[in-house]
Amino acid sequence: MKQWLIIRSSWSPISFHIDRRVPAILGGLILATLVAMVLSVGQGEYRVPPLDVIKTILGLETNNSDFVFIVMALRLPRTLVAWGVGVGLAIAGTITQGITRNPLASPDIIGVSDGASLAAVALIVLYPELPTALIPLAAFGGALTVAVLIYLLAWKGSSSSVRLILVGVGFSLIASALTNLMVTFGNIYNVSQALVWLAGSIYGRSWEQLNVFAPWLIGFGILSLLMSRELNALQLGDEVARSLGSRLELQRGLLLLSTVALSGSAVATAGNLRFVGLMAPHLGRQMVGPSHEGLLPVAALTGGFTVVVADLLGRLLFAPIELPCGIITAIVGAPYFLYLLIRDRNS
Amino acid sequence: MINDTFASYALTTRKLTLAYEGKVVIDSLDLAIPTGKITVLVGPNGCGKSTLLKGLGRLLKPKHGVVYLGCDSIAKLSTKAIAKRLGLLPQGPTAPEGLTVRDLVAQGRYPHQGWLQQWSKEDEKQVNWALSITQMQEFAHCALDNLSGGQRQRAWIAMTLAQDTDILLLDEPTTYLDLAHQMEVLDLLYDLNQEQSRTIVMVLHDLNQACRYGDYLVALKDGIVYKQGYPNQVMTETMVQDVFGLESQIVSDPVAGTPLCIPIGRKISIKAPIR
Repeated sequence: MKQWLIIRSSWSPISFHIDRRVPAILGGLILATLVAMVLSVGQGEYRVPPLDVIKTILGLETNNSDFVFIVMALRLPRTLVAWGVGVGLAIAGTITQGITRNPLASPDIIGVSDGASLAAVALIVLYPELPTALIPLAAFGGALTVAVLIYLLAWKGSSSSVRLILVGVGFSLIASALTNLMVTFGNIYNVSQALVWLAGSIYGRSWEQLNVFAPWLIGFGILSLLMSRELNALQLGDEVARSLGSRLELQRGLLLLSTVALSGSAVATAGNLRFVGLMAPHLGRQMVGPSHEGLLPVAALTGGFTVVVADLLGRLLFAPIELPCGIITAIVGAPYFLYLLIRDRNS
Repeated sequence: MINDTFASYALTTRKLTLAYEGKVVIDSLDLAIPTGKITVLVGPNGCGKSTLLKGLGRLLKPKHGVVYLGCDSIAKLSTKAIAKRLGLLPQGPTAPEGLTVRDLVAQGRYPHQGWLQQWSKEDEKQVNWALSITQMQEFAHCALDNLSGGQRQRAWIAMTLAQDTDILLLDEPTTYLDLAHQMEVLDLLYDLNQEQSRTIVMVLHDLNQACRYGDYLVALKDGIVYKQGYPNQVMTETMVQDVFGLESQIVSDPVAGTPLCIPIGRKISIKAPIR
């Protein structure tokens, strides 16, 4: 029984088991994330010492009254957005890899994120007068369209994982081409807005964006966590899952919806941050194995931590020039994707 | 074997027609699987054995006809209710990288669990039992991808056993195993049948193993039952010729007394006899 931690109550039917490494790793990740967040909030043109960051967030008095505005209004929402986007993308990636049983899949690779980008850019460029709260909805629609097309063209009745990736990459290219077209012909002011956002940047994100994004993240994040058991069954293959009594179509549909909603809303908030959805589940599996009760939260926190650190690095490396954190994740993520491809070919 | 009382039959089909993408594989089949016995499906590649097994296990929706689980039409039961009564192990299942044997076997408890109750004492008991009866306890912490083919197959069987169903359907449980491991798996299934009177339906390629371990044999050809019954009724030279297109001699298995099929093939020159 050393492999698992068992939680069971004597007076109720409640009982769980989880990989015993999970609590310590979750604790470590939370701690690392908090440290990275405090450093990130303190970093900038106007430095705030870490202790003062903590004090300000907790609402305690500091000896500089400017800190409240800098921390609470400017930097904290940005860092929280970074974290939330990372968490959302990581959950979406974990689910995608689970239901497709394909370690190379993630929303940004199979074009779901690009579908979201295209729809969002279309909204920004063509209908700039519409409220920003509609961007997540548009992104969701774009992501859903691509997901449904991939499902119909590359997934249904086929178990080839390479085919799924190739068709997905095809969609990804088509969507980016259309996005470029939109950018080329759009009104210059609207386009410049779209471009900053497209690079995968969380520059200037405020409470407003966070408030729009949070309900999507919380709602579909919880739905995903509640479906860990179903994901475990699904990753054994359609036939085994069905033999075990899984309502395959319904459960896969719900999980796919979660993926689309999480990646769509994350893209709507911070643009197309590549490779977080691919890498976080792999790192999570290395830490706690492939059972989703433990993997989903661990991958989610890994994703959140990654984006917070990427954002911090983007501001530190060439200060005062700021690199969009999407560039940082891509620089680390693309070689990792190649490594996975090569390893997959050899096995 | 068709009888109007369902009680002695674990699974019954009535005019069952199964099709893959419009192509009929099993045509209007009437079959009854006796309770508490081992039934073996034999037939050449592509005759519809696996398809039939999937049909019996509701993995494939019938084009026409009905499958009865006991007295209940399988189409009217919830998939979870079926999963508590019938376990099915498809051919060559794959597990995600890094999944341990215990994780896999625990998945067998899925139909017995809910959102709040995910690891009851009963779950634990059944998983431990399945691990011990398949002799996989010492590998419980190992990742499946680090095991040999035989161990992996035993782990999958353990998962199906942990499901705790009276009926087990297995599609070629001995494929990819060497002879010793094949016998090990078949002995395990035989013990389960003898000691717990579980109904077992399996597809086997080896006719001699089918005769030795099967109480009943169903020989399929082109989607219809060519012959069914006791091994000594089904396993005849005519059947092997008609179903497999193979010339053979049937002798008595010197170990078990069951029919033993010796294929003749083209190489009939007799080598020096063994002294």
